[in-house]
Amino acid sequence: MNISTTRKDFPILKRRINGKPIVYLDSSATSLKPQYVIDAMTKYYTTYTANVFRGIYTMSEEATAAYENARKRIAKFINAPSEKEIVFTKNTSESLNLLAYTLLPSRITKGDSVVTTIMEHHSNFVPWQQLVTKYGGTLRVWNIQKDGTLNIHDLKKLVDRKTKIVTFTAVSNVLGTITPISEIVKAVKRINPDCLVIADAAQAVPHIPVDVVAWGADAITFSGHKMLGPSGIGVLWMKEALLDILPPFLYGGDMIREVHVKDTLFNDLPHKFEAGTPFIEGAIGLGAAVEYLQKIGMDQVRRHEKEITSYAMKRLLSIPGVTMYGPKNPEIRGGVIAFRLEGVHPHDVAQILDEDNICIRVGYHCAMPLHEFLGVGATCRASFYIYTTKEDIDALVLGIKKVQKMFK
Amino acid sequence: MDIYRELILDHYKHPHNFGHLSKPTATHTLFNSACGDKITMEIQVDKKDIVTDIQFSGEGCAISQASASMLTDLVKGKTKKEILKLTSADIFSLLNTELSVSRVKCAVLPLEVLQKAVTSTV
Repeated sequence: MNISTTRKDFPILKRRINGKPIVYLDSSATSLKPQYVIDAMTKYYTTYTANVFRGIYTMSEEATAAYENARKRIAKFINAPSEKEIVFTKNTSESLNLLAYTLLPSRITKGDSVVTTIMEHHSNFVPWQQLVTKYGGTLRVWNIQKDGTLNIHDLKKLVDRKTKIVTFTAVSNVLGTITPISEIVKAVKRINPDCLVIADAAQAVPHIPVDVVAWGADAITFSGHKMLGPSGIGVLWMKEALLDILPPFLYGGDMIREVHVKDTLFNDLPHKFEAGTPFIEGAIGLGAAVEYLQKIGMDQVRRHEKEITSYAMKRLLSIPGVTMYGPKNPEIRGGVIAFRLEGVHPHDVAQILDEDNICIRVGYHCAMPLHEFLGVGATCRASFYIYTTKEDIDALVLGIKKVQKMFK
Repeated sequence: MDIYRELILDHYKHPHNFGHLSKPTATHTLFNSACGDKITMEIQVDKKDIVTDIQFSGEGCAISQASASMLTDLVKGKTKKEILKLTSADIFSLLNTELSVSRVKCAVLPLEVLQKAVTSTV
């Protein structure tokens, strides 16, 4: 992968604010978009705007084909056995809500449990917290170890015959921890073969090679906008046999086969879960993003981010007063670094960095339970992607020193 | 940078009325989950509805801490009614600095917490 060629694909990197370039270090929040994705979406707007599945005319058939080709491409990208297993949603939150709302009513009764982890994004925590208890079950929380990793042996205490779902993040959006998914799946199924395993892969699919068959989880979720695609399009992948027996999440157009006054016959997979006109150009944009990533190769993406992350950890550690969180070993760490600066609140850090167009995220990163567990307030977070350079990291380090000088 | 003028940094590093009251009449805490500020206000109110003492605690950015520090100075000796009449404009003139949209929430949070604490004593 040639970084300078790659950067040329992202028109936003040409922008200057107050004459200075942009140092974008917030890719865990959302990624920048390559021209290839923008063009794919523009093409839908300028040459074949039409609804899908309905029209008999050329443009509608083109739109349907483009929409379904995106689905096929995404299926192949994560090695899904069938494109019927790819459900388009709004984002990861909606994918996880779909699962919580449709799985829990028939699966949870008094005495049952669902397991999640302390390092989840709120989207994989709040739906379970709110709904599991509604059906009489309990939510069990899997804590992390000091180094930010999960201990697989804890599952013996957390999972039993009455545990219906274990759900966890594939890559933490704060600590960067890459969880050993296939090992967790095996450990859970050994204790309870009927327990479903869900992986929130919002921070995994954009950054590391993903093979759902090798992972062995029953469902995974991810968002388009974190992987070079547009915001407003997300994916739920679930094993076909499971998806097939799941009741619909939303009712309406397109998700039906026949409607009569007294009853309705639902559509086939995956359309049963895609009520209403979908985000057609969003799916097309995501398909283009996947194509772009495939051209680079996910092994290359991962290699680049590992290199940048190692470099960033080394540079940040050399600054007195910086505390970093998460695993030190780059092999089990994605391209995200949460840190704190002694004596300066993260919001002030971000504000001063913004003077030099250095974009970082500060706050709880939608993971308040994790911050409470760590016993810290807000943190600063720098996160990387294929366009991040060592010069970006150097700019961050320089910026942090400027902050320290100001608050000395 | 203009926003971090000397007075604000001074209040941040050496906040006034920072700590706890032994027997507060009312206490209130609010979070700003977007950036991670947390402010607690403890107030002592006498029979004439006058706030005789006030302390704040929590973690926040320079803007929210300075705002809390200056606000607690301002309201000591004021009546509950007077405090409830305060608006974000009063906070802006206390801070006397240029606030971007994302910082307005930080600046106003202490007033929000204080007014909630005052209301809870009614």
